[in-house]
Amino acid sequence: MPLPVLVLAVVAVAFFALPLVGLLWRAPWSSAWQYLTDDDSLTALRLSMVCSLWATGLSVVFGVPLAWLLARVEFPGRGFVRALCTLSMVLPPVVGGVALFFALGRRGIVGQYLDRWFDFTLPFTTAGVVVAQTFVAMPFLIITVEAALRQLDLRFDDASRTLGASRWYTFRRVTLPAIRPALAAGAVLAWARALGEFGATITFAGNFPGTTQTMPLAVYLSLETNPEEAIVLALLLIAISFAVLVGLRDRWFGRGDRTVTTAA
Amino acid sequence: MRTATRFLHASLALVGLVGVSCGSDEAASPASAPSGVTTGVGGDLTVFAAASLAAAFTEIGDAFMVEHPAATVTFNFAASSELVAQIGEGAPADVFASADLSNMAKLTDAANNASEPVVFATNLAQIIVAPGNPLGIADVADLANVDLIVVLCALEVPCGRYAAAIFENAGVTVVPKSLEENVKSVVTKVILGEADAGIAYATDVTAAGDAAAGVDIPADINVVAEYPMAVTKDAPNAEGAQAFVDFVSSEPGQKILAAHGFLSP
Repeated sequence: MPLPVLVLAVVAVAFFALPLVGLLWRAPWSSAWQYLTDDDSLTALRLSMVCSLWATGLSVVFGVPLAWLLARVEFPGRGFVRALCTLSMVLPPVVGGVALFFALGRRGIVGQYLDRWFDFTLPFTTAGVVVAQTFVAMPFLIITVEAALRQLDLRFDDASRTLGASRWYTFRRVTLPAIRPALAAGAVLAWARALGEFGATITFAGNFPGTTQTMPLAVYLSLETNPEEAIVLALLLIAISFAVLVGLRDRWFGRGDRTVTTAA
Repeated sequence: MRTATRFLHASLALVGLVGVSCGSDEAASPASAPSGVTTGVGGDLTVFAAASLAAAFTEIGDAFMVEHPAATVTFNFAASSELVAQIGEGAPADVFASADLSNMAKLTDAANNASEPVVFATNLAQIIVAPGNPLGIADVADLANVDLIVVLCALEVPCGRYAAAIFENAGVTVVPKSLEENVKSVVTKVILGEADAGIAYATDVTAAGDAAAGVDIPADINVVAEYPMAVTKDAPNAEGAQAFVDFVSSEPGQKILAAHGFLSP
């Protein structure tokens, strides 16, 4: 490997490693367990996990069909729709939260009918947290899956259909296994984004322990009064994320590019 | 990054001081400095101020820059608890203006202040509601109604602590739907119609104009918010900082604060 390239790469690794080292260095190891088992911390952790998993699930259910539409169907304005659906990736999360207010809030375009007809409002509820997280996380899945679908050789789908398989069977047994690494990668990215979501959550869903106070919110607020607790909670989040990323890596992210013929 | 900013501030302060020493007056009583004459302090001035001071301090900053044309004032408005935490971590602030005494105490306990804090204004808490008060909220006890969507500041934030004290004085228990990170978020949620009511400052209700209405809290249960101000120990522009503190306490500064609804200290 050429030396300049190596140096740049090492600098990049250091860039990512240093904040983590800084946290570990300042962590109050003697009182760490007390902070970790604190009621509020456990509640925030449980809420974060539940909401991020829901957000990931919703992202898959709605994101995969959308990715299919964007990859396989030619229609006028497709580029515009693609930009629209991935807008929240570049939108500042707080802006996303404010925008969600105007759509789904109590006085929002759709939200006002939810309130009027079903007496149901999204802000200040756990459902609101899931909505905010899905809004920011889904584009990651859409982009990953659409790219994979585009790269698929359509002839395998065609072969399956000519052999008499239904569209659903083809999708389930031919297409889906072929995009499995991309789908898994997209789901993990979406989950990680949802877990770390702060701006849209605190703006749209609010902050209340047990209902809407997820881990990032808890860390942010405790930073003002008890920085040591904030450090411990932050390290916990990092540890969980690390575990998922390292654990899933080999099993799902593909060893090189697997071709469709290896799918069962 | 921080070192670079401090170096920049320090060198600008140095330039400012050199410029001042070559000028006529020192930057003492700004209230008596005649307008039109280039005098007073110079350099960059960073003021960390409570969110509720946003409108008033921006105007004071403009007036200060008219009096001291060589100075440039920049503000960082956020919850007092967040600001004092940032200063504790080394943020380059010259002046800290807090919305309560306990957050200022965090600064003085850590010996991060260069001057004794001086209370420059007071404020009263008010219940903020939608314009016209459609739900007819009359007093603090009404906020205990579980059907109401009430938002408060988090307890770490001054207005949250004041609200808790008010509820204790009134003997009511209010369960909010959200604990916001600063008072402006409370105001925004009420203005947007997402929340029915919140506890904010009288100045915030005034600043919201037609977008919100306020319900007074009786004096016997209300708390008076005291706003102290101090120059920080490691202020890059100590001279400018002291000039700003003096300016806020002087007549022009007090007039601007009064115009925004603040009460005298």
